[in-house]
Amino acid sequence: MKRVKGDEDACSSSSEGPTESCKKVRKLQPSKEKHQEEEEETDVDLCEFGFDWALLPQEILLNIFQFLPLLDRAYASQVCRGWNQAFHMPELWRCFEFELNQPASSYLKATHPELIKQIIKRHSNHLQYVSFKVDSSTESAEAACDILSQLVNCSLKTLGLISTARPSFMELPKSHFISALTVVFVNSKSLSSLKIDDTPVDDPSLKVLVANNSDTLRMLKMSSCPHVSPAGILCVADQCHGLRELALNYHLLSDELLLALSSEKHVHLEHLRIDVVSENPGQHFHTIRKSSWDAMLRHSPKFNLVMYFFLYEDEFGPFFREEVPITHLYFGRSVSKDVLGRVGVHCPRLVELVVCANGLRPLDEELIRIAKRCTQLSAIGLGECEVSCSAFVEFVKMCGRRLSQLSIMEEVLIPDHKYNLDEIHWEVSKHLGRVWFPDMMPTW
Amino acid sequence: MVGNTIHWFRKGLRLHDNPSLKESIRGADTLRCVYILDPWFAGSSNVGISRWRFLLQCLEDLDTSLRKLNSRLFVIRGQPTDVFPRLFQEWQTSQLSYEYDSEPFGKERDAAIQKLASEAGVEVTVKVSHTLYDLDKIIELNGGQSPLTYKRFQALISHMDAVESPAEIITAEVMRKCATPISDDHDDKFAVPSLEELGFETEGLATAVWPGGETEALTRLERHLERKAWVANFERPRMNANSLLASPTGLSPYLRFGCLSCRLFYFKLTDLYRKVKKNSSPPLSLYGQLLWREFFYTTATNNPRFDKMEGNPVCVQIPWDRNPEALAKWAEGRTGFPWIDAIMTQLRQEGWIHHLARHAVACFLTRGDLWISWEEGMKVFEELLLDADWSVNAGSWMWLSCSSFFQQFFHCYCPVGFGRRTDPNGDYIRRYLPILKAFPAKYIFDPWNAPESVQKAAKCVIGMHYPKPMVHHTEASRLNIQRMTQIYQQLSCYRGLGEHRAQPAETTANSLKIRLESLEESKQIPITNLIGNNIMCFFYSGRGHAAVKRSSEDLTPGGSNKAQRQTSN
Repeated sequence: MKRVKGDEDACSSSSEGPTESCKKVRKLQPSKEKHQEEEEETDVDLCEFGFDWALLPQEILLNIFQFLPLLDRAYASQVCRGWNQAFHMPELWRCFEFELNQPASSYLKATHPELIKQIIKRHSNHLQYVSFKVDSSTESAEAACDILSQLVNCSLKTLGLISTARPSFMELPKSHFISALTVVFVNSKSLSSLKIDDTPVDDPSLKVLVANNSDTLRMLKMSSCPHVSPAGILCVADQCHGLRELALNYHLLSDELLLALSSEKHVHLEHLRIDVVSENPGQHFHTIRKSSWDAMLRHSPKFNLVMYFFLYEDEFGPFFREEVPITHLYFGRSVSKDVLGRVGVHCPRLVELVVCANGLRPLDEELIRIAKRCTQLSAIGLGECEVSCSAFVEFVKMCGRRLSQLSIMEEVLIPDHKYNLDEIHWEVSKHLGRVWFPDMMPTW
Repeated sequence: MVGNTIHWFRKGLRLHDNPSLKESIRGADTLRCVYILDPWFAGSSNVGISRWRFLLQCLEDLDTSLRKLNSRLFVIRGQPTDVFPRLFQEWQTSQLSYEYDSEPFGKERDAAIQKLASEAGVEVTVKVSHTLYDLDKIIELNGGQSPLTYKRFQALISHMDAVESPAEIITAEVMRKCATPISDDHDDKFAVPSLEELGFETEGLATAVWPGGETEALTRLERHLERKAWVANFERPRMNANSLLASPTGLSPYLRFGCLSCRLFYFKLTDLYRKVKKNSSPPLSLYGQLLWREFFYTTATNNPRFDKMEGNPVCVQIPWDRNPEALAKWAEGRTGFPWIDAIMTQLRQEGWIHHLARHAVACFLTRGDLWISWEEGMKVFEELLLDADWSVNAGSWMWLSCSSFFQQFFHCYCPVGFGRRTDPNGDYIRRYLPILKAFPAKYIFDPWNAPESVQKAAKCVIGMHYPKPMVHHTEASRLNIQRMTQIYQQLSCYRGLGEHRAQPAETTANSLKIRLESLEESKQIPITNLIGNNIMCFFYSGRGHAAVKRSSEDLTPGGSNKAQRQTSN
C-alpha cells in the first residue's frame, strides 16, 4: 500500500521539461508498472515516449486508488482533472459504508453530509455493496432511511443495516422504515446479501423482497426482527431457492421452515443461525421435531447450525432432548450442569462450544462426555465455571490437537491433588502440541 | 560549599526503600523534603474526597516520621515549574532528588523541572523505586516495543536480571550530619493542610477504612505475610462473600501511593515462600499483584494517549454510546441491579473494591450492558478508587472492556448471577444497600422479580424505594455480543475474513493493521489465538471454509477485494 508522495509537483509542473519529470518518475516509482515490455526498456526510452504523471493510464490510476482510504483518495482527486476523473470512476464507488453518527450520542465521526450528497448525485447507480452504520440516536436511523429512499437508480447486491449501539432503527415509525427499505427491494432486483437485524421489517415487506429478488437472494440475516412471523419467513424459504445463509430468532423457526429449506428445489444450506432469547423468565419455547432436523441434514450434510442461547436456567426444558445437528453453540447466560450433560449426548456434530457461566459445581463429567461424544469439537470457551484440573487435563488429552481454540478463564480451573495451576499449563500444552495458558484478568 | 538538597515527594511517600532520598542525603549539609500540592495527580484532576484524605494522611505520617529525625515535611502549594525556581533561589539548592515517574505526563513534567534545575545549577538525582524493574530495560529487551500481552510480559520478566534490593530505611544514622533548617513559622507556611482547608465538607464523613501512611502500610505488610504463613498457601484464595469486604491486610492503595515499597513486598514475599515451602524458586504467579501493576506501567510509559481510545495505537476503536444519564446511574449506584449498586456504593464510601467486583461493574458499564465508553468508567474510578493510578486504571479498563490486550469477549459477567454465586446469602447487598435489607436471599439480587407481597413485606417497593433495573440484561448482552462480534470481524478483515465488508473503515484502517502486526509478537501465540474470536465469530466467515470464501468474494467486487487480498497472507 505505497503512497504516492510528491505527485503534486510532478503533475502540476508544466514548466518542467519531460526529462525532469522522467527523472522524478524513476526516483519515486522504481517499478510500479509490472508490464514486461517496460521493464526491459531503458530509461531513455521512457523519456522518448514523453511519459509524465498526467498521462498515467486510468486503469493504473484505478488500481492505485483502490489501495487508498477514501480520504486520501479525495485529496488525490484534487491534484488535477485527470485524477479527479479517476476518482469518480464507477469501479471506485461499488462499495460504500455510510457512517451515521451524532456528536451527542457517539464518539466517532460520521460520513460527511456533502460526501453523501455527492454520492447520491453522481454515484448512486454505481453502488452495489452498501452498508449503513448508525449509532443509538433516532436521527441517525432517519438519515439512513433518507438515503435509502433515494437509492432509486441502484442495483444493489449487498445491503447491510447495522446499529452500532442501541437498535435505533426500532425507534423509527415502522411505516417510515418499511417504505425506505422497500425502495431498495423494488429497485435493486438482484439483492444477494441482506443484513437487517434489529429492524422493524415485517411480513409484507418480506413479500416485496421475495417478489423482486427471489432468484438472487443468498444471504438473509434478520435476527431480532419482532414484526416478522413464522409465515413471513416461510414465504422467503419457499420462494428463494438460492438461500444459503439465514439468521433469525427461534420464534420464527418451524418444522415447515426446515422442510422448505430442505426441499429438492432448494440449494444446499450453508449456515443457519438461530438466536434463542427469553423475553421474560419462565417463557415457553416450542420444540422442533427431530425428523425436520434429519431432513435438513440429509439435504445439506455440511451445513453449520449456530445457536445462541440467552435463556434463564429453567427455560431449557424443550432443548437438547433429542439429537440436534448443532455445530456452534453459545450459552450467553448461566446454563445448568444437566443441560451441558444433555449437550454431550445429543450434539454429535458440535464444533464450537462457549459457556459464559455455570455455577460452583465442577463440570468434570460433562466435559469428559463432550470430549468423547463430540468428536468434531475444535473450540471451547468457559467463563464462570468450575472444572477440576485433573478432569480438564483428561478432557484436553481426549480432544488432543483438534482443539485449536481453548479459552478458559484462570478462575475456572480448580487445583487438586494431581495438578496445581502452575503445572497445568505444561500438561495441557503437551497434549495440545502448542504453548497454552489460561486466560487471565488483572488482579491488582 | 554548602550542600543544600531538596527531596521531592510525589509518589514514594515513604522513608524505607527510598534510594533517591538516601543518595540525596549523602554528602549534603541540609535536607528539605517537599511535597507540592497542585497539581497533584500528574495528568488528572478528577479526585474525590477519599483519595485526598488518604494522601493527607500519608503526608501527616511522613511528617511524623521526619520529626523523629529532627526534620519536617514542607508542603508547598503551586505548580512545580513555578515553585522550584523560587525554592532553588531561597534555599540555595545544590541538589534535587526524586523517585522516577514512568508515566508520560510525569516524564514531561520532570523533563521541564530538570531543565529548570540545570539552569539554576542544581544537580538532579533520580532513582527507580516505584516499580520492580527499570521499565525501559524491559522495553529494550522486547526490541524497543512495550509488550502487549501479559504472557509476553511474563516471558520478558523471566529473562530480566534479579530485582534490585530495597534501599535501607532512612534513620538518624543515615542522616548523620545532614540537618533540616526549620523556621518557627514552619507550621504556618508548610504544614500538611486539612481536608477542610482544601475546601471539602467533612461533616458526616465516616472514619477511613483505609488509613493512609507508611506506618500503616508496614503494619499491614507484616499482617499480610503472617496470614500467608499461617495458611501456608500461596495459591490465589478462592473467592467468597468475605473477600468482597475491605481486608486489614490489603495493600493496593499503599503500593499506589508508594507508602509501601513494591520491592520490599517482593523480597519479603520471596523470603517467606522459601521459608515455608523449603523451595528456592518461587513461581511468577506468587507476585501476581505486583506484576500486573508492572505490566500496565510498562505498556503505558511510552504512550501519552494510553488513557484514550482515539489516537491510541493499542486500543480498538469501538462505537461506544454517549449516554450521560445512564453513566450517572452507574456511577451513583442507581442501576436497579443490587449487585452493581452495592459495589459502586462500597467504592464511593470506602475507596476500594475487590478485583472481581471491578470486573463486574466494568463489564456492566461497557461491553456487558450499557455499552458506554471505558474512558467514562476510568474517570469515575480515578475519582473514587484509592489504588487507581493513571497507567493501571486505564490499562485495566481497556482490558475489562475488551478494547485491547484481552479479546475474549464472550465471557460476560451477569449482574444477577455472578453476585448470587459469589454471595448466596446476600449479606454484601444488605450491608451497602440497607434499603434492601429485608429482602430474602432468593430475591435480593433480582428484587424486581419478587412478588408484590414480598416487596411490601420488605418495605421496599421496586420502582418506588429502589429503582427498577435500568436495562434488560438478556437483551443488552445479546446486542452487545453482536456488536463486539462485528468489531472483531472488521479487525480480521485484513486477513481476508469477514463475510460482509463494504470497504475498509477509514478510522481504523492503518492503525488496525499496525496493531495486528504488533499483536503477533511471539511465535508461541499465533494471532488467531490472541484475537481469539473464532469462537462463534469467524468460524463461519472464512478460515478455509470454501463456501463462505465464495460469498465474501461475491460481496466485494474485483477492485476493492484486491486491497484486502493484498494485505491478507
